[in-house]
Amino acid sequence: MTIQSCDLNASVVPMPVSNENSAASAHSKAQRVARWLVSPSVLVLLLWMIVPLSMTIYFSVLQYSLLYPGEHPFVGLENYEFFLTDEGFSAGMSNTLILVGAVLAITVVLGVAISVLINTPFPGRGIVRVMLISPFFIMPTVSALVWKNLLMHPVSGVFAWLAQVMGMEPVDWFAQYPLSAIILIVAWQWLPFAILLLMTAMQSLDKEQVEAAKLDGAGGWAIFRHITLPHLARPIAVVVMIETIFLLSVFAEIFTTTGGGPGYETTNLAYLIYSQALLQFDVGMASAGGLIAVVLANIVAFFLVRLIGKSLTEKH
Amino acid sequence: MTFKTTFSALTLGLTASLMTHAATTVTIGTVNNGDMIRMQKLSQAFEAQHPDIRLEWVVLEENVLRQRLTTDIATQGGQFDVMTIGMYEAPIWGEKGWLTPMTDLPADYDLNDVFPAVRNGLSAKGTLYALPFYGESSMTFYRKDLFDAAGLSMPRQPTWSQMMTFARTLHKPDQGQYGICLRGKAGWGENMALMTTIANTFGARWFDEQWKPEFTGPEWTEAVKFYVDLLGQYGPPGASSNGFNENLALFNSGKCAMWVDATVAGSFVSDASQSKVAGKVGFALAPKQVTDKGAGWLWAWALAVPVSSDAKDAATTFVTWATSKAYSDLVAEKYGIANVPPGTRQSTYDNPEYMKAAPFAAMTLEAMSKANPKDKTLKPAPYVGVQFAAIPEFQAIASQVGKLIAGALAGSMPVERALQSAQNITLREMKRARYYASR
Amino acid sequence: MIALSQKQRRVFSQIALTAAAWSVAFIIFFPILWMVLTSFKTELEAFATPPSLFFSPTLENYQEVFGRSDYMHYAWNSVVISMGATLLGMLLAVPAAYAMAFYETKRTQSTLLWMLSTKMLPPVGVLVPIYLLFKESGLLDTRTGLILIYTLINLPIMVWMIYTYFKEIPKDILEACRMDGATLGQEISRVLLPMCKGGLASTVLLSLILCWNEAFWSLNLTAANAAPLTALIASYSSPEGLFWAKLSAVSTLACAPILIFGWISQKQLVRGLSFGAVK
Repeated sequence: MTIQSCDLNASVVPMPVSNENSAASAHSKAQRVARWLVSPSVLVLLLWMIVPLSMTIYFSVLQYSLLYPGEHPFVGLENYEFFLTDEGFSAGMSNTLILVGAVLAITVVLGVAISVLINTPFPGRGIVRVMLISPFFIMPTVSALVWKNLLMHPVSGVFAWLAQVMGMEPVDWFAQYPLSAIILIVAWQWLPFAILLLMTAMQSLDKEQVEAAKLDGAGGWAIFRHITLPHLARPIAVVVMIETIFLLSVFAEIFTTTGGGPGYETTNLAYLIYSQALLQFDVGMASAGGLIAVVLANIVAFFLVRLIGKSLTEKH
Repeated sequence: MTFKTTFSALTLGLTASLMTHAATTVTIGTVNNGDMIRMQKLSQAFEAQHPDIRLEWVVLEENVLRQRLTTDIATQGGQFDVMTIGMYEAPIWGEKGWLTPMTDLPADYDLNDVFPAVRNGLSAKGTLYALPFYGESSMTFYRKDLFDAAGLSMPRQPTWSQMMTFARTLHKPDQGQYGICLRGKAGWGENMALMTTIANTFGARWFDEQWKPEFTGPEWTEAVKFYVDLLGQYGPPGASSNGFNENLALFNSGKCAMWVDATVAGSFVSDASQSKVAGKVGFALAPKQVTDKGAGWLWAWALAVPVSSDAKDAATTFVTWATSKAYSDLVAEKYGIANVPPGTRQSTYDNPEYMKAAPFAAMTLEAMSKANPKDKTLKPAPYVGVQFAAIPEFQAIASQVGKLIAGALAGSMPVERALQSAQNITLREMKRARYYASR
Repeated sequence: MIALSQKQRRVFSQIALTAAAWSVAFIIFFPILWMVLTSFKTELEAFATPPSLFFSPTLENYQEVFGRSDYMHYAWNSVVISMGATLLGMLLAVPAAYAMAFYETKRTQSTLLWMLSTKMLPPVGVLVPIYLLFKESGLLDTRTGLILIYTLINLPIMVWMIYTYFKEIPKDILEACRMDGATLGQEISRVLLPMCKGGLASTVLLSLILCWNEAFWSLNLTAANAAPLTALIASYSSPEGLFWAKLSAVSTLACAPILIFGWISQKQLVRGLSFGAVK
């Protein structure tokens, strides 16, 4: 055979049995190649994790405030104790989970609905698609600023004006429903991501199957429930996975809008650590907090992987 | 092609940091307030005078700038040659030896012309560490037209109780007019600046002589309850997310009958190009209550040169220029005399032209001269600063307390619980910082 | 009641569908539209209630922004940093993903997941260690420094994405190639890259977007030299006085390049951003 046969269109050639020996040696060589290939990335990542991580672990047992240079006495687990007993800690935990959960729910539900809606052709579909995914390209800081100042402002915002037109009292978003406001902003940013993925998935939906179901007299809901939704299960899992990774450490949106308040209502873990690290310049405490956050993130990651990760990495 | 450009850009990035310019480069970190932006625009004149100095600007929002500068100076990062800092940082950083002392200033700088309170506020142990760019106190702004129409009159220094009465009369939310606008946004330089001055007049203090906080005491409780009542009932919607800017915007668009805030707002509310109410604004001293001590705050934005800078001489030259009389003259010439940086020099207020052009000037001068960072509470206090305590821990503590007060204002927790939490947090932080010797 | 014919019903539902899709798109796009509109208003109009829909557009905000800051300097930094980090990231991620996908060992799965979990470390927790490292190595306020940081941040996600694309290639095709004696280089250039064009392109796109929009490290590790557009935004948010219109103008300027780039390449994104989720 010539090299031509590994053309993309080539039919799959079953492996000849007689080549077992050479295949085995090729296999071990391949192993070495693999190790060599994977090493730079893993090494770099390892460095990225290990160097700051070990510095962080070291700092976390010191009394180390940037505002007091000089001596950094060893204080054992005092920093951990202070972080875990911080008034904002339990609020930070629950807000983190609520934020992740709510944004996931909104983006998945709306994402499915919208991608089903725009799956059949209609005039201007290309433009609609572009409009729908646009928020994904906007910087988090900018979207937070725009929502806060131009849309949700209780006096001069667009929402306040709409409420007045409809004869309602304008909602003071960041005082009355601060966490919901943040959820709304973050969901707006991540909805396009869900739409992107689910839209792509919808295009590979088996149309004949749908037609057949229609002929059998299945209604729109039944088709959605028994054909569309199962088809979307995997992409939904991917959306959940990727979004969770990013949503666990949402920061810019909170920093620009509420600053974690009022009270602790919008303080998530990332923000709590920020307030320790950069408001108090308490490196020791921030390090302890960072480590605690990593542990928590890993717990979440563990369950996430249990839940959906397996089906993603497995070959289907 | 992409690869090539990126690669050359990469190497460029590498070498850029190693390259040395013939001219000394001075990197200035500053806050994006109007006066600083004006300084940036006018600095071309400086560069023309000093061809061997090149200025680079890092203009950032206040919160971002503060965290950026503190990280850099505390790690001796050396990224900035000139830092814009406030009256809170200057003495703390100066005492730690992070800032270059401002000595040997040229004779025509006339340091004695600078208000003593401002000079003291920027000094540690008698050494001056930063030169003031502009200074401010707080005062009461009110709408003369609305007061006249309602038959009210504003005293020279009202009491907070009177303010409550005025606000009640003038609060007409259905007409988009709110009785009073005050800072509600959490932050030690935002709501806590105002809250502390209110508390001062109610007889409260941040710490007693043993550095114990007093949030659960009657003075603080009464002051915070008063503030929450006043702003909650007669303030604009969303008061708990309004800082200086938001309130300025509200006041300028005619939505507030009264406002207590920084004296620098005087030039903004009187500027017809950005204010609908220019010419209708009256000025009074910041309100008092059981005492008038600590009723108005004292703050100055100042320029300092960190020890870690590699261009100290050039940086000092710039700082001296930007805070000089000549700079004020330049502003007057280019932007009108009313826009001269206020609150730093006696000579500004001795100038009859300025006093005529700036209707707010007299009240600013009086407020500035009344504020005394060393004697601002009814009971003695161990710290320096009217609306803050000049200790490193204050920023962190007051940020958290600020969030709690904002929470109480937004109604998400009762005042008592907010204050109890504030007490616990403060005690915790002070204990952590080893203020209470357990020996 | 008038009975609708089949055809009428279809036309009706087509109209309803179109209207629904357009209104949803309008709602989602509205904040961006409003930002752009506001950038052409004067400050007083921007703050006016009710919001002014009809106004004579002004360019004064843009003039102010261009007059005050060197927009091109920031934009160029953003371009260089995003492209540099993406390129470097691809150079590291493709071989790693290749090895993981085609020479899978017992530990591959856990390595991959471990890589992903590094993404969850809150950056603020390691700011001070990184700042000190950067200071010692002279990387503060350099584009190189930001390129390195961004590469490291995005590497896990890039490796994972490419891994899933590689996984989709039937192993048999590769085996066939190897039987033919194709070298590794040929294998990659003739089979892998053509087959995964879409996937690799969308990985590049995603990396560019993430780098362009990153706002924590870019603010904290730069001063005047290497500051990208996210730092420019920070100099216009909430200063004294009215700022809505100027903020909108600078935001529009900061987002426009990546937004337009995204629009142009959206077909690619739609096709490629599947994370192996679409069969």
